[in-house]
Amino acid sequence: MGTTLTKPQTAKPETPAAEPQRHLGPFVRQILGRSDYAIISELIPPGSRVLDLGCGDGELLEWLIEHKNVIARGIEIDSAKVQRAIARGVSVFQGDIDEGLTDYPDQVFDYVILSQTLQETRRPLKVLREMLRVGRHGIVAFPNFGHWSVRLSHLFSGRAPRTKLFPHAWYDSPNIHFLTIKDFEDLCKQEGWTIERRICLAGNHTVPLLANLLAEVAVFMIRK
Amino acid sequence: MIVETKFVRFDSLELDCGATLSPVDVAYETYGELNKDKTNAVLILHAFTGDAHAAGISKETGKLGWWDSMIGPGKAFDTNKYFVICSNVLGGCAGTTGPSSINPKTGRPYAMSFPVITIRDMVRLQKKLIDYLGIPRLLAVAGGSMGAMQALQWAVDYPDMVAAAIPIAGTWRHSAQQIAFNEVGRQAIMSDPDWDGGNYYGKRPPARGLAVARMIGHITYMSDESMREKFGRRLRNKDKPGFDFSIDFEVESYLRYRGSKFVDRFDANSYLYITKAMDYFDISEGTGRLVEALEPTKARFLLISFTSDWLYPSYQSQEIVRALQALNRDVAYCELTSNYGHDAFLVDVAEQAELVRGFLASTYKQIQRS
Repeated sequence: MGTTLTKPQTAKPETPAAEPQRHLGPFVRQILGRSDYAIISELIPPGSRVLDLGCGDGELLEWLIEHKNVIARGIEIDSAKVQRAIARGVSVFQGDIDEGLTDYPDQVFDYVILSQTLQETRRPLKVLREMLRVGRHGIVAFPNFGHWSVRLSHLFSGRAPRTKLFPHAWYDSPNIHFLTIKDFEDLCKQEGWTIERRICLAGNHTVPLLANLLAEVAVFMIRK
Repeated sequence: MIVETKFVRFDSLELDCGATLSPVDVAYETYGELNKDKTNAVLILHAFTGDAHAAGISKETGKLGWWDSMIGPGKAFDTNKYFVICSNVLGGCAGTTGPSSINPKTGRPYAMSFPVITIRDMVRLQKKLIDYLGIPRLLAVAGGSMGAMQALQWAVDYPDMVAAAIPIAGTWRHSAQQIAFNEVGRQAIMSDPDWDGGNYYGKRPPARGLAVARMIGHITYMSDESMREKFGRRLRNKDKPGFDFSIDFEVESYLRYRGSKFVDRFDANSYLYITKAMDYFDISEGTGRLVEALEPTKARFLLISFTSDWLYPSYQSQEIVRALQALNRDVAYCELTSNYGHDAFLVDVAEQAELVRGFLASTYKQIQRS
């Protein structure tokens, strides 16, 4: 009996709720002046293949290329922003994310980012499904319509809410689908998506309790 | 920047049609310096009636290069950083062998005995030039219109020699409309009695036919907006219409002027052969399966199209972009807003220059890293 018995190596089950928020204390740093960018950058490991939907002028992707050596692609509809993104060396395709993913093969990206854009898409569910088709993980950041300031604005003004997070008049707002953290979680449940991480932010703080009431922005990492 | 056209002769070139041309001369110019590692070479591919003189002031003619706004010290194709090469295409009439060249077998110009050529033949000849210059891999191949077709062909035929491709205002296959305009141009030339079956060398060239062909071409290079802005309905040196068929409108005068100027610098038979090469261009070789056709490519891509370009409309570039996405290639694409029609890539270059500058710089950085 010269052999020693070793415990079989088991992979840790991926239970997102149990996973400690390693890098995230109560205070969240900023990159490029945005706390959701800081969260996203921490979620993405070096060398990943990343697609950023609605990437604007490619600021985040450029940062990820520089600091995380990622393989980066972006889609942006605004020609002026596409120009700035390409001029800074980021491979951006001018197109509409509501229809722009159909040509990508399945699972060619590790992470597909949708930062502060979900509420602006015409068909959010289709976009999210497409994200999880072309990528293994989806990272979705959105402003929380359930925040107390939105609720109060609506309750007391009797008008479409206008707050720091939703500053636009109803007639010129780019936001066409309003959702709360709970709404997003309901959708994940309905679609059978796993929530791998959920980080709720108010300013540069994480929100540990009553997120749907207190968080201004939520960042979810999901997978099929 | 004073520049000089150089020449090199190759023993022979095999063509898609099965014929072999021999010998073949190539006219080319270079700007900037090739670096020690030979990693900074950019091949510029000219459009239909272009030539090797892409930038700087020609020592021979004193003229400015056709893409001088894009190529030079500190410009998009920065000659302080990159070694830029441009050659006249096969079939041309500005130094590279074409139908007006002397056929060594007969001692007379080839004329219509010149074999029919393709975009791929042009690229095959450029490959010989790049080999001759001792460059193992190009940082980029770039060009607009027919130059875009060549850039695409380069990326497909020599994937290991192209780090980046920049097809601007181009297509992956000539459309019925594009073929139609070319055919009208060819018919204009061939119905001029002076064309004489192509054997006009040493005699009066088919100037009227060639001028008409050029006039049609110019219309397709502009846009409704740019013509309205440039000419409107303004009369030429008159207050009221002449009620005859002399020149009334400014736009007529412009087209006649461009037509007559063109005759001085371009050979009618080259017009026939090069337009034919464009019409034959289909990177999918008739299968229509673009994704499959682009499968061999390894380059990064930057594609640019222009909103008012109705000769090479944006959808043609977008089809290429989508096929490259399906292959998960590194591709950037932007449709630039311009009123200048197809000519935009030559005359409305400010935004295009910034795209090219950034794209080239990031490609160069990637190469230095790897």
